[in-house]
Amino acid sequence: MSDTLKPRDGKDVEAAVQWALAEGKTLEVMGQGSKRAIGRAAQWDLSLDLSDLSGVTLYEPEELILSAKAGTPIAEIETLLAANNQELAFEPIDYGPVFGADPGRGTIGGVLGANLSGPRRIKAGAARDHFLGVTAVSGRGETFKSGGRVVKNVTGYDLCKVLAGSYGTLAVMTDVTVKVLPRAETEQTVLVLGLDDANAIRAMSAAMNSSNDVSGAAHCPATTSASIQAEATQALTLLRLEGVAPSVAHRRRALEALLKPFGEITLLEEGASRDAWRVMRNVMPFTGGARALWRISVAPSHGHEVAAAIGEGTEYFYDWAGGLIWAALPAEGDGGAARMRAALKGGHATLIRAPAAIRAAVPVFEPQDAALAALTKRVKESFDPKGVLGPGRMYAGV
Amino acid sequence: MSLRMPEPEAAVLARRAEIVRALSTVVPGEGVISNEREMRPYESDGLTAYRQLPFVVVLPETTEQVAEVLRYCHEHGIRVVPRGAGTSLSGGALPLADGVLLGMGKFNRIREIDFENRVVVVEPGVTNLAISQAVAHESFYYAPDPSSQIACTIGGNIAENSGGVHCLKYGMTTNNVLGCEIVLITGEVIRIGGKHLDAEGYDLLGIITGSEGLLGVITQVTVRILKKPETARAVLVGFPSSEAAGECVSRIISAGIIPGGMEMMDKPAIHAVEEFVHAGYPLDVEALLIVELDGPAAEVDHLLERVEAIAREHGATEVRVSTSEDERLLFWAGRKAAFPAVGRISPDYYCMDGTIPRAKLPLVLKRTRELSEQFGLRVANVFHAGDGNLHPLILYDANKPGELERTEAFGAEILKLCVEVGGVLTGEHGVGVEKRDLMPAMFSEIDLNQQQRLKCAFDAKGLLNPGKVFPTLHRCAELGRMHVHAGRVAFPDIPRF
Repeated sequence: MSDTLKPRDGKDVEAAVQWALAEGKTLEVMGQGSKRAIGRAAQWDLSLDLSDLSGVTLYEPEELILSAKAGTPIAEIETLLAANNQELAFEPIDYGPVFGADPGRGTIGGVLGANLSGPRRIKAGAARDHFLGVTAVSGRGETFKSGGRVVKNVTGYDLCKVLAGSYGTLAVMTDVTVKVLPRAETEQTVLVLGLDDANAIRAMSAAMNSSNDVSGAAHCPATTSASIQAEATQALTLLRLEGVAPSVAHRRRALEALLKPFGEITLLEEGASRDAWRVMRNVMPFTGGARALWRISVAPSHGHEVAAAIGEGTEYFYDWAGGLIWAALPAEGDGGAARMRAALKGGHATLIRAPAAIRAAVPVFEPQDAALAALTKRVKESFDPKGVLGPGRMYAGV
Repeated sequence: MSLRMPEPEAAVLARRAEIVRALSTVVPGEGVISNEREMRPYESDGLTAYRQLPFVVVLPETTEQVAEVLRYCHEHGIRVVPRGAGTSLSGGALPLADGVLLGMGKFNRIREIDFENRVVVVEPGVTNLAISQAVAHESFYYAPDPSSQIACTIGGNIAENSGGVHCLKYGMTTNNVLGCEIVLITGEVIRIGGKHLDAEGYDLLGIITGSEGLLGVITQVTVRILKKPETARAVLVGFPSSEAAGECVSRIISAGIIPGGMEMMDKPAIHAVEEFVHAGYPLDVEALLIVELDGPAAEVDHLLERVEAIAREHGATEVRVSTSEDERLLFWAGRKAAFPAVGRISPDYYCMDGTIPRAKLPLVLKRTRELSEQFGLRVANVFHAGDGNLHPLILYDANKPGELERTEAFGAEILKLCVEVGGVLTGEHGVGVEKRDLMPAMFSEIDLNQQQRLKCAFDAKGLLNPGKVFPTLHRCAELGRMHVHAGRVAFPDIPRF
């Protein structure tokens, strides 16, 4: 990674891609580089650093939309929204701590490019669900747009969706529009103490299947619960309620009654609740550290079986009512790839953090069957026929 | 009919008997319909202005049959038009003279209801409402609720990315689908997603949803279901102007309230509805708003008070909160009957579907009134006010020579206006054939070509539903061509480190 190009605007991005095409060079697309270590370890000729494409260009709180240049710091956007009692409802993960870097870095383009969604995913949807419009430069060096600046739109294919989670391998986003939503007035978290994994999954399922509008459901076994409460020695199951105060109070009582048969219950008031969910959102039980970190999405009811099947030497916690497992294990050999994938029954596992040697040796993203892999390759080529943009970052040869 | 569809392939037309025979071996019995009388019901969808008798109708029952039919069509270069219940308002299922009409109605089984994971696995021919009904005994439902939900199928909902009155709060189809099985035109079966959140790899599910039958044929779907809110109450608010109503909607949202539903009607729509349904709507107002709050009773009561206060601050002349479930349903009965109600006061009506930034509503309504006078056609407006999705209903009489053409021209002007003020051509009905030729009003040639390249990744021969969505058909080879100027592009003047 010897060289970095720092375009000032969309025109520069277009010129850079066209030049790379002509010279047969490959480009690594990045914002502030906070998620640079995610993906297969591959080599690219130059980095395309979008951090100078910065600034909110349109914010209309009453229309629930915000447009920004792709390199706009996510922190700037979240601060602006908070000043208007709004937020990105998908609660993007801040991977800073996981990679041993400062929190608060990253750009809106990076958040969308990695489709980063936090605990509220179960209620509010993923980043891709809030991605309304885009202007981007394809691997052909052409600037195209898709979507719009309104929250309801079915005009043409929804290219925003396929760009979300494509890690800069299809096109270089230069401008994006996202849906923003009101921030809840208050929140509380009901804590159930000491549940084993299977019972925790049952308790979270009971909560999700009630009409209490739970906006976060996580479970930390005893090995990870100290991240939530320093003095905790037993497992903690967290269920978050957000909204206007009378509603939160009402639902809290209903949820306590519902969960009483499962175990002892305590409560996290607003401040403590926010702190706890920041820990879950930013995967802070596995901050820094040298262990390999996996992100596993499964049917929630299978969560505990999958975690058990991964086996010895693994530390983990659950989010998404059991449907998301964050698992850390020694960064040795294949980083646990074989165990991880053998444990899955449907769903997928992504190696978020591991030394480059492991990320070069094992599939970082879930392997695909032949037909899906071939389609994936054709989709890549439809945007980037010459493989200019981050080739090999998601799949070998794609 | 002014619409230009792809020229039928003479070679295919000439081989009709042979093709029908071959398809009959794949789907035996009554699964292939080739006589004119029995094919007649398939000649149009909800956009009845356009009709075309299919080449042949095939009604498969299994994924294997779908795969086999598509493989045959792919091999022989035969076009295919997939169809659900045929309720599309944009002509998405309009047949082709040389195209196999693939009716998915026999895929009508609910495969699995999984309350533990809050998902239902269904075949694509299951109706939208049937999903909610199948889980109602446990007080669950499937959130997107297009007004055709009694008839429209989930497969069609995915093809069109259908919405409904609750989608501001609960999302459209794309936000409520977790997985699908799709058969490509080559006969390959692809499975994406499942009971887990966020499918792996590129978000192909997000592309397939809303692709209007151009990318593949859906044979199985996994959708998310939600627990019904504890309670719901609605408030009916009358305003002396649509400006005041629009302002009120903005204030509700900026106060941090996202109602379960928020609908607006203008005076002509209110009058048509009231005469039809007798919902007790006030007749002396220019705009009527229905705001529904759902959730725990404590929350609903609390927010209703705020909504009432905001409404009065914005000059509401009438504020009526539903006091019973019957009354709430009566408020909605009017809104839900708006289209048929307008149908009663005019021989025909044409429903438009643009979305606009909400703040532009007064401007768009004013310009629509001017256009109404200019074209000499009446118009009634129904508006999903929360998300800016406007349904102007143009009243016309198809039996009067030239009136349909005038109506379409008027409709096109309204949609161009929507784009001009920062909105889009279609909020939930799809492009289909109806808005196909208006696509350049919103997208450049580069934009449209990129979309078509993605289409090529799924269907390189362009056999699936051609003539829909894209105004100009390009061959994939032509779209894929690239001129790389090796060594002749100067290094760009970009800061370098």
